[in-house]
Amino acid sequence: MSATTDLDEFRSEVRTWLEENLPETLRGRAWPSGSDLALWRQRMGDRGFACPTWPAEYGGGGLDAAHTRVLQQEMARVGAPPSVRGFGVSMLGPVLLEFANDAQKREHLPGIIYGRVNWCQGYSEPGAGSDLASLQTRAVREGDEYVINGQKIWTSGATEADWMFCLVRTDPRAPKHDGISFILFDLKSPGVEVRPIRLISGASSFCEVFFKDVHAKASNLIGVENAGWTIAKRLLQHERTMLSGGMGGGTAPGRAAAGRAAQRRNGFADMAKKYLGDADGRIADPVLRDQLAQLELDGLCYRLTTLRSAASAKAGQGPGHTASMFKLYASEMNKRRQELTMSVLGSQGLGWEGEAFDAFERGTTRQWLRSKGNSIEGGTSEVQLNVIAKRVLGLPD
Amino acid sequence: MALVLTEEQQLLQETVRDFVREKAPVKHLRQLRDTNDKVGFSRDLWKEMADLGWAGIILPEEHGGSGLGYAELGILLEECGRTLVPEPFLSTVVLGAELIQKGASEAQQKEILGGIAEGRTVLALAHQEQGRYSPYAVSTRAEAAGDGFQLSGKKTFVLDGHVADSLIVVARTSGAAGDRDGLTLFLVPAESAGVSITRTVMVDSRNSAVVELSNVAVSRDQVLGDVGAGADLLDPALDRATVALSAQLLGVLTEAFERTVEYLKTRIQFDVPIGSFQALKHRAAVMFCEVELSKSIVMDALAAIDEGRENASQLVSAAKARTSDTAGLVTREAVQMFGGIGMTDEEEIGFFLKRARAAELTLGDGSFHRDRFAQLNGY
Ligand SMILES: Cc1cc2nc3c(=O)[nH]c(=O)nc-3n(C[C@H](O)[C@H](O)[C@H](O)COP(=O)(O)OP(=O)(O)OC[C@H]3O[C@@H](n4cnc5c(N)ncnc54)[C@H](O)[C@@H]3O)c2cc1C
Repeated sequence: MSATTDLDEFRSEVRTWLEENLPETLRGRAWPSGSDLALWRQRMGDRGFACPTWPAEYGGGGLDAAHTRVLQQEMARVGAPPSVRGFGVSMLGPVLLEFANDAQKREHLPGIIYGRVNWCQGYSEPGAGSDLASLQTRAVREGDEYVINGQKIWTSGATEADWMFCLVRTDPRAPKHDGISFILFDLKSPGVEVRPIRLISGASSFCEVFFKDVHAKASNLIGVENAGWTIAKRLLQHERTMLSGGMGGGTAPGRAAAGRAAQRRNGFADMAKKYLGDADGRIADPVLRDQLAQLELDGLCYRLTTLRSAASAKAGQGPGHTASMFKLYASEMNKRRQELTMSVLGSQGLGWEGEAFDAFERGTTRQWLRSKGNSIEGGTSEVQLNVIAKRVLGLPD
Repeated sequence: MALVLTEEQQLLQETVRDFVREKAPVKHLRQLRDTNDKVGFSRDLWKEMADLGWAGIILPEEHGGSGLGYAELGILLEECGRTLVPEPFLSTVVLGAELIQKGASEAQQKEILGGIAEGRTVLALAHQEQGRYSPYAVSTRAEAAGDGFQLSGKKTFVLDGHVADSLIVVARTSGAAGDRDGLTLFLVPAESAGVSITRTVMVDSRNSAVVELSNVAVSRDQVLGDVGAGADLLDPALDRATVALSAQLLGVLTEAFERTVEYLKTRIQFDVPIGSFQALKHRAAVMFCEVELSKSIVMDALAAIDEGRENASQLVSAAKARTSDTAGLVTREAVQMFGGIGMTDEEEIGFFLKRARAAELTLGDGSFHRDRFAQLNGY
C-alpha cells in the first residue's frame, strides 16, 4: 500500500469515527464541559486519539506526524474540540515519556489521557522566579518517602488541580543546578495548603501553595535524584511551545489553523470599523488601521515561521531552539493585540462591570490585563532573549 | 507551501553564493563607485552571469532562458543581495522580461528577450514621477498624433535608465494622475528623438536616471498591452518586481545581521567581547526574530507567485513591508553596534545601510505596503 492511499484510508476511517462518536453538543465548542465532555474523553481515550502521538502501549495512538495531521484536520473540519488539554497533556506527559520509568508511565499517563487527573506546576517560589534554579523547597528522603517543606507561588490552577509536578531541593550542598529533583505528589496529601492570589484582572487563577511535612512516595521521583534540572528545562521547552500555540500563533501546522486566523482577522477589522467608523471600506482611523495592518502582517509572518520551522526540522534545515523565539514573539504579539483593542474601544474598553458595557467590552478589559502575564509566565521575555542570544546566536556570557 | 529548499535549489544557492563572493563582493560595488564607472556595473561580469543562465532565469527556453520560477529567482537575488551586486536584475531580468513577455508582439519578444537572456540588452521602466512611490500617480501624457502618439513628461528614479537600450514608459492616454484607468505602456528606444536621459548619483551607488520626454513620437507598434489598460500589464509585473526586490533585501539584511553578530563576538571592550553585554544581546536577539520572520514571508510570497495563488498580492506586500522594515532596523543597529568604525567609508557595513534605505524606498516602503495589505484584506 502506498503512503497516500494509507493516509486516505485513515482519513475516511477518522471521518466515520468522528461522525459516530463526537457528541453533537460539543461541535464547535472551544472549551467544552459537562457530561458529554466526560463521554468524549472516554471515547477519545479508548480510541487513542486523545494523545495521538504517544506510544500505544501507554494508551496513546502511536501515530506518526502525517497521520496525526490528518486527525487534526478532520477534527478541525467538524469542529471537534480536543478531549484533554492543559499542563498534563502538553507538558508533563511528554517529559514522562522521555524520563519516567515504565511503572511511572503506567501509573500517570492514563490519568492524563482520559482527563481524570488535573496537574499543576510547582516551579516558581518567592525567591526563585527567572532564577528558577535557586529554589529552596526541601525534600528529605525518609524510607520509601520524601518529606517536603517549603513554598511555591504563582501556581496556576492549584485550586482545581489534583496533583502537582514539583521541583524540590534534595541536596542543599551541591551547586544549585545539581541538587534539584523532579517529583509528583497528590495535592490532597496532609500538609498541603493552597491560597488563591487575586490578580490585576480580578481573577484568582493562580495560588500560593505551602508544604508542611508533606509525604510523597519516593517511587514518584522522576529520573534520578538530584538530576531533575534537565527534566525541568525540557518541560519548560514544552511549556513555551504550548504558550506560543495558545496566543494567536498556532504552532499546529496546517490550513485549518490559517483559516481560523483569517476568521479572527476579519473579526478584528469588522469590530474596528464598528467602533471607529467605515470610510469607503477602510477603518476610518488611519493610525490604528496601520497598527492593525502591522499586527496582522506580523501574525502572518509568525505563522509562516512556525510552519517553516516544522518543515525545516523535518528536512534538517533551518534554526533550532525556536521554542524561545515563538514564546517571545507570540506573547509580545498578543499583548500588542490587546493594547490595540483597548485603543479601538476607547472608554468602552475601560468597563469593569455593569450594564453600560457589553460582554465583549468587559472581556476586553480583563483580557488586556491578563495578557500582561503572557510575557512573564513560562519564562519572561527578557529570559527568552537571553536564551536566543546564548543558544542560537552563540553570544558569550 | 515551499518553506524549505529542494536539493536543486540548495545547489543553486551554493553556486550563486560562491560565484558572487569571488567575483562580485562588496569591493566590486565600491570600485565601480570610486572609479565613476560610466556603466555602473560590469558588462563583462554581466555577460558571465548571463552565461550561467541568470539573466534569463525566468524566461522560457524558447527565448534562451532557463525556464525557472520565482523561488529560484529569489534564491539568486537573495545571494546577490548579500554582496550588494549592482548588475541590472530588477530593471531587466524582472521588470523588463515580464513586461515584454506579457505585453509585446511575437517579433518584439523574439528580438528583445533573447538579448536579455544573453546579457546584451538592458531595459528600464520609466514610471515614477514623484519622490514617494505611488504607482498610478502618472501625469506624463501620451497624446494621439497621426497614427501614433506623442509622449511628454518627466520620470525620476528610473533604475538603470542611463544604460538602457530601451525604456518602457508609463504614460497617460486618459484620466488624471492617480487614476488606475487610462495608463498605457510604450516601448521607447533610448536614442529616440526627444528623449533626454540624465544619470543621477544615488546614495547606494547604484544606477538610476531622470528621463525627460518632450514630444517623443511613438507608433502603435510600440504600445505594450492595450491602450488605456496599462495597469493590467503593470500591476502583476510590479508585484513580481516587488517580491524579487524583497528577496534581494532579505540577502542584504541577513548579511548585515550576520556581520553584526560576528562583530559582537570579536570586538573587545572592558576586557570582554561586547556581545557579552546584555543591552546588545537583547537587541541582537530581537533582530534574529525579525530576520527569521522576514525569511518566511519572502519564501511564501515567492511560492505564491509561482503557484498563481489568489492572495499573492497580499503576500507580496507583506514581504516588502517586512523586509523593508527589518532591513532598516538591522542596518541602523549594525552601524550603532560597530561604533565609530561603522561610520567610516572603509568599513563595508555602511554600504548595507545605504542600500537598505534605497531598496526600502524602491517600489513602496513599509507604510505603503501596509496600506495596500489592509486594503487587500478588506479594511
Ligand atoms: C499568569 C502567570 C501564570 C504562572 N503560572 C505558573 C505556574 O503555574 N507555575 C509556576 O511555577 N510558575 C508560574 N508562573 C510564574 C512565572 O514562571 C514567573 O513569574 C516567571 O518565571 C518570572 O519570575 P518572577 O515573577 O519571580 O520575576 P523575576 O524573576 O523577579 O523578574 C522580574 C523582572 O526582572 C527581569 N529579569 C530577571 N532576570 C533577568 C535576567 N537574567 N536578565 C534580564 N532580565 C531579568 C524579568 O524579565 C522581569 O522583567 C506564572 C506567572 C504568571 C504571570
